[in-house]
Amino acid sequence: MNYLASLLVLAITTALINNMVFHFFVGNCPFIGVSRKVDMAFGMGAAVTFVTTIAAVLSWIATYYIMAPGAPLATWLYRALTHDPVKVSDLSILSYIVYIFLIAWAVQLVEMYIRKFFPALYKAFGVFLPLITTNCVILFVCLEIMKHIGLDAADPWGLDKALVYAFFAGFGFLIAIVIMAGIREELDHCDVPKPLQGPGITLIIAGILSLAFMGLTGVDGNLARMIAKKPATAEKAATPQAVDVHHSYSVAPDQPATLNP
Amino acid sequence: MSNDGPTPLERFINGILPENPVYRQILGICPTLAVSNTMEGALTMAGAVAFVLICSNILVSLIRGLLKPHLRILVFTLTIAAFVTIADRFLAAYMYDMSKLLGPYIPLIIVNCIIIARCEICASKQRLGAAVMDAVGQSLGFMLGLMSIASVREILGFGTWFGKWLGWRVIPAAAPEIWSNWVIMILPPGAFITLGLLMGVMNWIEARSRKARKAVAA
Repeated sequence: MNYLASLLVLAITTALINNMVFHFFVGNCPFIGVSRKVDMAFGMGAAVTFVTTIAAVLSWIATYYIMAPGAPLATWLYRALTHDPVKVSDLSILSYIVYIFLIAWAVQLVEMYIRKFFPALYKAFGVFLPLITTNCVILFVCLEIMKHIGLDAADPWGLDKALVYAFFAGFGFLIAIVIMAGIREELDHCDVPKPLQGPGITLIIAGILSLAFMGLTGVDGNLARMIAKKPATAEKAATPQAVDVHHSYSVAPDQPATLNP
Repeated sequence: MSNDGPTPLERFINGILPENPVYRQILGICPTLAVSNTMEGALTMAGAVAFVLICSNILVSLIRGLLKPHLRILVFTLTIAAFVTIADRFLAAYMYDMSKLLGPYIPLIIVNCIIIARCEICASKQRLGAAVMDAVGQSLGFMLGLMSIASVREILGFGTWFGKWLGWRVIPAAAPEIWSNWVIMILPPGAFITLGLLMGVMNWIEARSRKARKAVAA
């Protein structure tokens, strides 16, 4: 239960509180560029979520087994080659190049796969796929995962946490871009001052949305506390029931008493 | 092929204002928004982007004859990734605090759209001279854009300009009832709102100057 709770806190923190667009400012180019219509925005968000998840799994595997300081595969090879049984390999200097390569490869792979096997899906968000090779969200997620792998990582993540993080990072982006597209569709009927039309007003709205999302700060802490205090809260939540039970018990001895004679 | 397209000087001037990466092309605004709450951070970021942009433009321009159309984007990104690794290691070695402050936004230069766009638009089509001037112009334009946003945010948010480096207070640290630092400017919302308003101001100035020019011509 504790495990599931930690995943839940991570998911909510990633998607809502540290939202990719409103808190870390990544993925702003599509956020401004492709947020004119809700269905386009949804396609873009879905494509980003999809590719982020795949790229995160690939980069977790590459980092964990090859590139992180003390990664098993690279260390084994290094020791076998140098005949030095204590040395630890560290290939993290290669990580940026490997990540960008993996992302480009994942995008190509996903595009080909979807075009071949899911033509309808390809029609829906295939156009966005080549664009998202250069989407910051994906690289940002890979870098964030890199921080949590290795010998000196404070809070090491397994594949499960990396997967949850990546999926909900993409989901947070989806939420942000769909909200923005909904607002911009209504904005077409508004009289915006001429110099602000287009990206100007979009950025100002994004600022206001970002303020709104700041209101969620602290939700994660409270949620974690609530889950940690689970016995206490469970008791509290169960109190009305307990009272009911008590009542029924207090009634129950009476009833048999009245029934028995 | 080598002689068409704008001349080096035109490329240079275009980068600074007419095709300013921040205000006109609206490319690469992720670092623009993220690191523009202090002038030091903004300048370091602009320096790193300039280094990467110039180096990768030179390299792409030199190998432009070898590029295959379907692989070119991949070649661009891998080139950029190599230079970004250099910049990142350099910052971590010599400016450790700054490197900590900028955090993931240094590696995110790899996917900064400005650099890929410049490789695609200019460096893969033109000679070395034009490519270098284009890179210098674009990075100057990026630096100006970043500095304008960072000035507004740092002055309103901290009351200082160039914080620790020059230690110059624009707004005197008077009693809090006269001026209390405007914290929202340092936080994410301030970045979006500042950039949006500055973009509006830029468009307004441009529209006015165009009108004035038309009036003079008529």
